Amino acid sequence: MSKRLLKFIVNGRQAEVAVEPHHTLASVLRNELNLTGTKVGCDMGTCGCCTVHIDGKAKLSCLTLALECQGAQIRTIEALNEYEMHPLQKAFAECGGSQCGYCTPGFIMKSCELLERNPDPTREEIQEALAGNLCRCTGFMKIYDAVEQAAGELRRKETPKPAPAKV
Amino acid sequence: MPTVSGSGETKNEHQLNKGVWSDNGAPAAAEFSVIGKRVPLKDAYRKVTGEGVYADDMKFPGMLYSRILHAEKAHAKIKRIDTSRAEALPGVRAVVTGNDAANRFGVLPVSQDELSMAREKVIYNGEPVAAVAADTEEIAAEAIWLIDVEYEPLEEFLKPRDSLKDVSPELQIHDKVEKKHPNTNIHKAVDQEFGDVEGAFKTAEAIVSAEFKFDGISHGFTEPHAIVAHWDADDRLQLYTPQQVPHYTHRALAKVLELPMHRIQVIRTMVGGGFGGKSDPFQHEMIASLLSMKTRRPVKLTMDREETFLTGRGRHPTEGKLAMAFDKEGKLTALDSDIIIDGGAYGSFGVVSAYYNGVLSNGPYWMPAFRYHGKRVYSNRIPSGAMRGHGSVNPRYCTETLIDMAAVKLGLDPCEIRLRNFLPSNTLTPYHKFRITSNGIREGLAEAMRRSEWKKKWGKLPYGHGIGVGCAWYISGSALPIHWNKLPQSTVHIKIDMDGGVTVHSLAAEIGQGSDTMLAQCVAEVIGCNLERVHVKSTTTDTAPIDLGSYSSRVTFMAGNAARKAAENIRAQLAAAASRLTGQPAQYFDFAGEQVICRSKPDVRVTFMEALHEAQADIGALIASGSYQAPPLGTTFKGSNAGLSPSYSFSAFICELKVDPETGFVQPLKIWAAHDCGRALNPLAVEGQIEGSVHMGLGQALTEQLRYRGAQLLNGNFLDYKIPTPYDTPEIEAIIVESADPEGPFGAKECGEGALAPIIPAVGNAIYDAVGVRMFEVPMTPDRVLKAIEAKKRAEAKGE
Repeated sequence: MSKRLLKFIVNGRQAEVAVEPHHTLASVLRNELNLTGTKVGCDMGTCGCCTVHIDGKAKLSCLTLALECQGAQIRTIEALNEYEMHPLQKAFAECGGSQCGYCTPGFIMKSCELLERNPDPTREEIQEALAGNLCRCTGFMKIYDAVEQAAGELRRKETPKPAPAKV
Repeated sequence: MPTVSGSGETKNEHQLNKGVWSDNGAPAAAEFSVIGKRVPLKDAYRKVTGEGVYADDMKFPGMLYSRILHAEKAHAKIKRIDTSRAEALPGVRAVVTGNDAANRFGVLPVSQDELSMAREKVIYNGEPVAAVAADTEEIAAEAIWLIDVEYEPLEEFLKPRDSLKDVSPELQIHDKVEKKHPNTNIHKAVDQEFGDVEGAFKTAEAIVSAEFKFDGISHGFTEPHAIVAHWDADDRLQLYTPQQVPHYTHRALAKVLELPMHRIQVIRTMVGGGFGGKSDPFQHEMIASLLSMKTRRPVKLTMDREETFLTGRGRHPTEGKLAMAFDKEGKLTALDSDIIIDGGAYGSFGVVSAYYNGVLSNGPYWMPAFRYHGKRVYSNRIPSGAMRGHGSVNPRYCTETLIDMAAVKLGLDPCEIRLRNFLPSNTLTPYHKFRITSNGIREGLAEAMRRSEWKKKWGKLPYGHGIGVGCAWYISGSALPIHWNKLPQSTVHIKIDMDGGVTVHSLAAEIGQGSDTMLAQCVAEVIGCNLERVHVKSTTTDTAPIDLGSYSSRVTFMAGNAARKAAENIRAQLAAAASRLTGQPAQYFDFAGEQVICRSKPDVRVTFMEALHEAQADIGALIASGSYQAPPLGTTFKGSNAGLSPSYSFSAFICELKVDPETGFVQPLKIWAAHDCGRALNPLAVEGQIEGSVHMGLGQALTEQLRYRGAQLLNGNFLDYKIPTPYDTPEIEAIIVESADPEGPFGAKECGEGALAPIIPAVGNAIYDAVGVRMFEVPMTPDRVLKAIEAKKRAEAKGE
């Protein structure tokens, strides 16, 4: 099959790549755009390592054909560390939510989607959101801690500071 | 952080941060500035941002891609391999087969039974037979199907008991087998008997026995096997590999490729999970190297998930018949165990596994009489090897279940019977002379009981709701190295130049457990500097001194001690410099908070940088080395080296769960996991190891099993091989017990493996408390639990 031109926006930047119709988004991100932060653990949608955002929704890039993303906005783990490290990234490191690190980008992208949708999730809601991601190292406890810590920090950041009281 | 102090006594002078020449009379509680702090892992920020480089993330100019052709037969002669069609495919650059590498290798010197690719015959369904390097991965994948292999099938050995029988040489999977059974497929037999076993069973108040069966399981690390080999322009091999033990791969490459070791550099990439599954030297490492040498191009080889399963080295499928005898006080008097473990196609770590399955039952309880008949057999299945808790996990389930059964017979609380039998600290086991130094298991069990409200719950919860206990111990590094030589087991180098950066060189592999961070903490504590100053280089064999790597739970104890000693050598140089600057004697200086402070006159002090620059006068960069070698231990009988360790960890877990009697489905509710790690150098990492071990153990307890149809693996993927998801994982409360080991660095011992074994029997014993059935097959899947419940109901209906 011949290659087709894929035009989409990756991490805020216009990208044009010639891709085979059967190439997955994961392989295009990693092999063509060198965005290797997105990991492939199973290549069949069972581990969640390859989670990225497609038009704001967390999706498995190993199950998404690249050409399905024509014109789409893609966000990967690399975008979360622009100018400033994302509170989720800091929290995963500080809380021990990342050991071998291979599943971590997927967990962070999935958690990021959750917090954008629900800034103050309960532990059960975190558990539900992350149910499709596998971590073999942590036993998940410290991942939940990290999401809770990041949620707290994001809420503090987004709460507008009260105006100074007039004297 | 829940912390309990253990009973261990310590005369550990390096708990103190009080100069090399510390005063006698240590203060009651050691005070540390870096040790014991909750420190994020040194490489965590690279991992959370995606910056960290794993092997499959690497790209080199001119890089080729490789795929492997795996055997489709489990046991068959290779009549013919024709690679001509593959070689003719445009884009294919090289094809290799078993003919390209005749030398055998293996992780243990006694089991050199692996070939880079099969020659003459294949011995398991999945064994590498040939491989291709091509311009793209797709061309390589297409090319392997153009390789024609003609097989002549041989009888397959798929059940471990089949491997016990005498067969013709043609049907022996390997030429070299157990000497005592020369015509079989038995790889290693271990027979040990100590004390009066028969007598103990004759006079016992309670005898408990059962037959157990365990399915094979896999490490299930999230990063599939991936490597890059590059035979470079200097005619040196550069191998980028996620290895737990770069040194063993280094040795094996030299043997297979017939190169001096210095012409090979092994470079450890980030390791996306190991758990023992990346600690053998591997066939794919040989294959990519052969292809690169042939083409003079970098060659990447990334396996898919199924190939990763087929590469194997997981926990041995196990069948065992065990019996234990107890006196009327509930004291254990004897253990008699007869265990067969299925080694699959290769030796791997199997000789060690065969010993460990027996001898590691000599704890955490005092064992007055002990008999073990163990056999590791070859079969035409996926090779088994070392997996987290190597050799101790399955027999631990058996003995912990039997102790629970004995408690019922004797009318004792299961925790009480354990408390009556624990090994004391500072003792030798009676026969193997395992030296127990610190031991906090009593404190651990007491704390787990308290937190779980054991006494209120055990035997008192409603039907379908139960609580159970399991205990274990584990080695802190094998005292005897695999390769017998006079080299230390760990060496660490430190370099500090005028920039003030402290570079620590080690070959202990950071595999996510935090070994780099641990090394940095040990060094920073001794020289009193900030952790940010310390940079650990632990990836390349050219610069790192040899370390036996990350397996057998040895890194903290051995590499940690080596780092501490190297740092003490650097500290002596800094102290001499501070003495020159201040006129005070060198032995009066303490190191803390980036200051070098005179102990008797605290206002006399220099900064770390001042001392450093003075120390560098005339010599330039400061360098120092430290090493660790386990002390002489053990006794003299043949095989007595197995299980020796300079220290042992201890753990006591309690699990509360629910069993649905209609479906057999088990839902763990909460786990209290008390683990004695000597001292938690980094409590954040220790908790992570305990929680991770519990999670992995729960998988083996309830859902994980390698399933086969004949010789074919059925579930080589994460959909059908069921690792517990967030939904399946209950709350885990990690309880750190600190018994301050006298020889561990700052009192520390292992925590990465020992915490796995106790969870499986804790689940099994909780199921008994919930629904009154004993589970003798692991994993305890719903169908097995339901079968047991229904069998019990039928028996009760018959009035048995």
